Amino acid sequence: MPIDMSFTEEHEELRATVRAFLVEVSDEQAVREHMSSERGYDRDIWRRLAEQLGLAGLIIPEEHGGAGASFVELLIAMEEMGRALLCSPYLGTSVFAASALLACADEATQKELLAGIASGEKIVSVAWVEPNGRWDLAGIELQARAKDDLWELDGAKSWVLDGHSADTLLVVARTDEGLELFRVDAGAEGLSRELVPSLDLTRKLAQIDLAATPASRVSRGDQTAALEQVLALTKAALAAEQVGGAEKCLEMAVEYAKTRLQFGRPIGSYQAIKHKCADMLVQVELAKSAAYNACFVAAGEEDDLLEAAALAKAHCSEAYFLAAAECIQIHGGMGFTWELPIHLYFKRAKASELFFGDAALQREIVADQIGI
Amino acid sequence: MAEYNEMSDEVLRERTRALLEEAHPEKCDSVTFRRAQYEHGLAWVHFPEGYGGLGLNPRMNVVVYDEITKHSKVVHHDPGEAIIGIGMGAPVVLTYGTDEMKKRLLPKIFSGEEIWCQLFSEPGAGSDVAGLATSAVRDGDDWILNGQKVWTTLAHISRWGMLIARTDPDVPKHDGLSYFILDMRAPGVEIRPLYQITGEAEFNEVFMTDVRIPNSHMLGKEGQGWRVAITTLMNERVAIGGGGSKKKGGGSAPLIKLWKDRKPGARSAAQEAILRDKVTRCYIENELLRMTSQRARAAQKSGNPGPEGSVSKLAHAESLKRMWEVAMDVMGSDALAFEHGYELRRSTPGIDTPRGLAKYQFLRSRANSIEGGTSEIMRNILGERVLGLPGEPRVDKTVPWKDVPRS
Ligand SMILES: Cc1cc2nc3c(=O)[nH]c(=O)nc-3n(C[C@H](O)[C@H](O)[C@H](O)COP(=O)(O)OP(=O)(O)OC[C@H]3O[C@@H](n4cnc5c(N)ncnc54)[C@H](O)[C@@H]3O)c2cc1C
Repeated sequence: MPIDMSFTEEHEELRATVRAFLVEVSDEQAVREHMSSERGYDRDIWRRLAEQLGLAGLIIPEEHGGAGASFVELLIAMEEMGRALLCSPYLGTSVFAASALLACADEATQKELLAGIASGEKIVSVAWVEPNGRWDLAGIELQARAKDDLWELDGAKSWVLDGHSADTLLVVARTDEGLELFRVDAGAEGLSRELVPSLDLTRKLAQIDLAATPASRVSRGDQTAALEQVLALTKAALAAEQVGGAEKCLEMAVEYAKTRLQFGRPIGSYQAIKHKCADMLVQVELAKSAAYNACFVAAGEEDDLLEAAALAKAHCSEAYFLAAAECIQIHGGMGFTWELPIHLYFKRAKASELFFGDAALQREIVADQIGI
Repeated sequence: MAEYNEMSDEVLRERTRALLEEAHPEKCDSVTFRRAQYEHGLAWVHFPEGYGGLGLNPRMNVVVYDEITKHSKVVHHDPGEAIIGIGMGAPVVLTYGTDEMKKRLLPKIFSGEEIWCQLFSEPGAGSDVAGLATSAVRDGDDWILNGQKVWTTLAHISRWGMLIARTDPDVPKHDGLSYFILDMRAPGVEIRPLYQITGEAEFNEVFMTDVRIPNSHMLGKEGQGWRVAITTLMNERVAIGGGGSKKKGGGSAPLIKLWKDRKPGARSAAQEAILRDKVTRCYIENELLRMTSQRARAAQKSGNPGPEGSVSKLAHAESLKRMWEVAMDVMGSDALAFEHGYELRRSTPGIDTPRGLAKYQFLRSRANSIEGGTSEIMRNILGERVLGLPGEPRVDKTVPWKDVPRS
């Protein structure tokens, strides 16, 4: 059955609400302010986003205090956040960590942490990738050690979203049974966290070191398959965010091409510029299809999520980068300045392309999934 | 917006079953069946009653198709050669033709008994088709036609042609055109095959020397030819741009098959990895097109169509070319052979091996970004009509046509 990618009136209302909120709280000046803070986002905005809009717990079931919405609603929120370049722990906490908890964690942990995420009180981050930089599950080497009835972690995790400020880390590590999920709270013994200066100024990343750090094992048995799903869900959501950013870059480029005059005419009347814009439009429209498809798949019962998410991540990454790069070019010298916001999108584009593995890795996943 | 008649799916299904009782695809030939289908108003249900339709929403066409396939193993699809008549001829006749013309022409377009061609392009006027030079001069109740058309697909088997000619060279180019239906058997019409990259001749050159065409065969008014032509061109892009397979993986299936059947040991592991990535890209591009037409359908249903529909002609053309290029790379040295040869001929029957087909498509797909509007023209259209970018300064818009430089 082909997927019906239609939006309802409620969906359109949600989009309008989120967009209006972001226009209010996340204009360019706000983005610049938030990105230069150590935390990387504004706590009051985060609280409003959770309490007023119910977005922090959008995909968290109602029994855990969330909105119980699907990935269709999530895609709408992510697309709008990407467009506004919102500085927030949304991807790390409300998508990645929430999905990991839902897929892998025991009931007690779910109950506590999901409620905390939904209410906006808790920031939870997944510590996944290691200094080797590999995003596939084989890249995870960190070995959890059983000590008496407890567990201990020794090793390092890199590029952890909001890792420096999170209240709780969900660390992916190996046990004899396979890959499992461990909980380490802020302030744990032997835990050191360091903010890493990041290419993308609007998303904070941390290096995490664990030295005989006590951890609680929140999963039961091998989570390899579940974690693959978690990664796919998060990529589907990120793809929607990429689409939002790419759309914004296209709009900025077109707007400038209409108004900037050289040689007595708008630069957009030159085909070299017009055709760039047309190609951006094509790639952005295709990206939208891929991201929507992946999120509708994530929201439904279809079993090809791994393929759909990797496909969307592969294409949306390239489309976003193209749109941001061409947006710079179309703006000429202005595009190269700190003053214009394009570089923020350009950096977000490259960083989100590399995060969770670049387009070539995503295509490899697609190839594996279709058996070629 | 057009007003459609109301009819439930169930009633339409009943009517389809009534048709099947009178004529069943398994028991009669295509022409007989399609004549009956037309008589029952089930040819194109969105056309008015009496003209092969029932005045329904075009979406209802699938209901008829669905009901036919439910009751018949044989389906008499639109004959391949009738595509221009069905896709472009019928809508333009319906919109601009007299009642008499509609009654005379529409049934045989649908049955496939009469093939149509599109006589727009000329040696001097392709993308800029409104700059064409074929002249029509009034003589009593007739017009006298002189000029040359080119790239005319199917002209050699056509009964009728849609033709634009210049009826007034003294006004700016768009204002001096008129639209005609040309009887391809009329004296003075000469058709010569024009061979293409594959060695075949799908298209022709058509020479017209003092051809008489009755004034009653003009569609629209004198000087309004461009407006009528736009109807045809819009329908052409819909016909060509549909974009991609409806089935998951459908569009790239031939490439995937070639990849799976590739010769073992023909490349290093590193080369294999590179090629696998290229093949996957093609798979993804096809999927993107499929998803985009799905999204376009959903948006249309909710009455909120965006630019997703208009990007597909361009995206489809470019990705098809890439896919067949990669197919050649996958075949590697084996693609050096071109088994079906290049003897000049009308068409190549029986290219039925995946490899033969891929080599043929590698050549044929070059036309995808030329026919029905080149990719450059499509980019202009996307830039100007969808994104609202300013047009280029024009030297030909306000000047009489006869004063515009031409190659
Ligand atoms: C297989 C095939 C079947 C066809 N069938 C038919 C048919 O049945 N009936 C019919 O009437 N025609 C038919 N055509 C003709 C087709 O519509 C024209 O070839 C097409 O419109 C391009 O015109 P041209 O070939 O004269 O190229 P030109 O218009 O001369 O273009 C040459 C190059 O210049 C570029 N160019 C031209 N104008 C611009 C511009 N403003 N901006 C940027 N670039 C520009 C083009 O993109 C192209 O790259 C067919 C063509 C093919 C290949």
